[in-house]
Amino acid sequence: MSLGSAGHVLLGLLVSLTAPALAQAPGERRSGYHDMSPSLQAMQDDEIANPGMLWVLDGEAMWNRKQGAAAKSCADCHGAVSTMAGVAARYPAFSGANPRPVDLAQRINLCRTDNQKADAYPYESKELLSLTAVVTRQSKDLPIAPPADPRLAPFVAAGADLFTQRQGQLNLSCAQCHEDNAGRKLAAATIPQAHPIGYPIYRLEWQSLGSLQRRLRNCLIGMRAEPYAYGADEYVALELYLASRARGMPIEAPGVRP
Amino acid sequence: MANALIRMPKTAKRGEVIEIKTLIQHPMETGYRAGMNGTLIPRNIIEDFVCTYNGVEVCRMKLSSAIAANPFISFFTTATETGVLFFRWTGDEGFKVEETVSISVA
Ligand code: HEC
Ligand code: HEC
Repeated sequence: MSLGSAGHVLLGLLVSLTAPALAQAPGERRSGYHDMSPSLQAMQDDEIANPGMLWVLDGEAMWNRKQGAAAKSCADCHGAVSTMAGVAARYPAFSGANPRPVDLAQRINLCRTDNQKADAYPYESKELLSLTAVVTRQSKDLPIAPPADPRLAPFVAAGADLFTQRQGQLNLSCAQCHEDNAGRKLAAATIPQAHPIGYPIYRLEWQSLGSLQRRLRNCLIGMRAEPYAYGADEYVALELYLASRARGMPIEAPGVRP
Repeated sequence: MANALIRMPKTAKRGEVIEIKTLIQHPMETGYRAGMNGTLIPRNIIEDFVCTYNGVEVCRMKLSSAIAANPFISFFTTATETGVLFFRWTGDEGFKVEETVSISVA
């Protein structure tokens, strides 16, 4: 369903949203996968029914294609794409000389610009989604493993602040839905715990693969808040906080979501 | 070219009913949606899917605007003899994807 059309439901929800956010205990963590119907779960599980695999295939072909002024493919430097196993589980992270942590798509674009000497792909472009999908797929079933890098701490904290801060015309915080009311219904949708482990996802509503940033934009619009621009530091901070919250949960990308 | 995925058994016993699953990359643009400037986005869909087994048609499907993007089609057929299954998706804007998969039947 579209959060944008659910303003009246949100207002009803607001009345009950007064309890302070409580951090979840690890045992209670639940993937959004388990909030889906059995038929959607089957669609995600079956590689041939999961449309996200089409992007993975594209990404595989791109991995071996020489690009940019350097005329180098990803494979020329990294070897087989299977060497990326475990990488997606560690992102967002500090990488190279970059002064701020980057998410996986941004890290891939750094290789585009710095290593292939090509233009960065736009956010949500088919190319960037495909490369992100194929790299993330290599970490399927591996646990989310944020690096023990003390430089990340202030960024994770900034993400936690954003998660608990009320914003937008509905004056809601992410935590009010995803911690206090997870498992309850918002119109037809079950509010998930907001774990980032299926991304990029094939969302039926989008009829396409989309990134975690796109999902976060959808929630911000639903809260009647101004979404940050793609690539904004706020998204990376939120992604870092979500990863820290999901530490140890297995990656299921590309996920399918309604 | 669009990606197509096909899954079916490589071997089967004669007379066995086998399941064939296909997934193809396609936007299935309905022709009913308006773009940013208010004009309709032209229809761009897969119209026809056909599968033949050693030249004999075993499945044909007409697709319409009501079918979601990236259509997943699965069907059953009987393994009759060793040979080749041929798959073809055709549609608007000259869309055509063809694939073949062989099967050995004992
Ligand atoms: C010219 C060599 C070169 C090419 C071409 C290249 N990379 Fe890289 N890549 C590197 C190096 C070197 C690093 C490590 C960066 C660092 O730590 O400074 C890296 C890091 C990465 C990382 C992060 C790995 C980690 O463990 O954190 C990812 C993901 C990645 N590259 C993806 C890609 C993709 C996708 C492509 C093709 C679009 C690509 N790279 C092309 C050299 C290359
Ligand atoms: C009004 C309640 C509400 C608020 C506030 C809200 N969300 Fe959501 N969020 C949802 C619902 C409902 C879904 C699932 C939508 C669906 O499946 O159609 C969702 C989905 C998600 C998901 C995807 C989970 C998965 O399993 O794929 C993430 C991540 C997420 N939200 C993060 C956030 C963040 C971060 C914020 C704050 C910026 C936020 N949400 C604010 C209701 C909310």
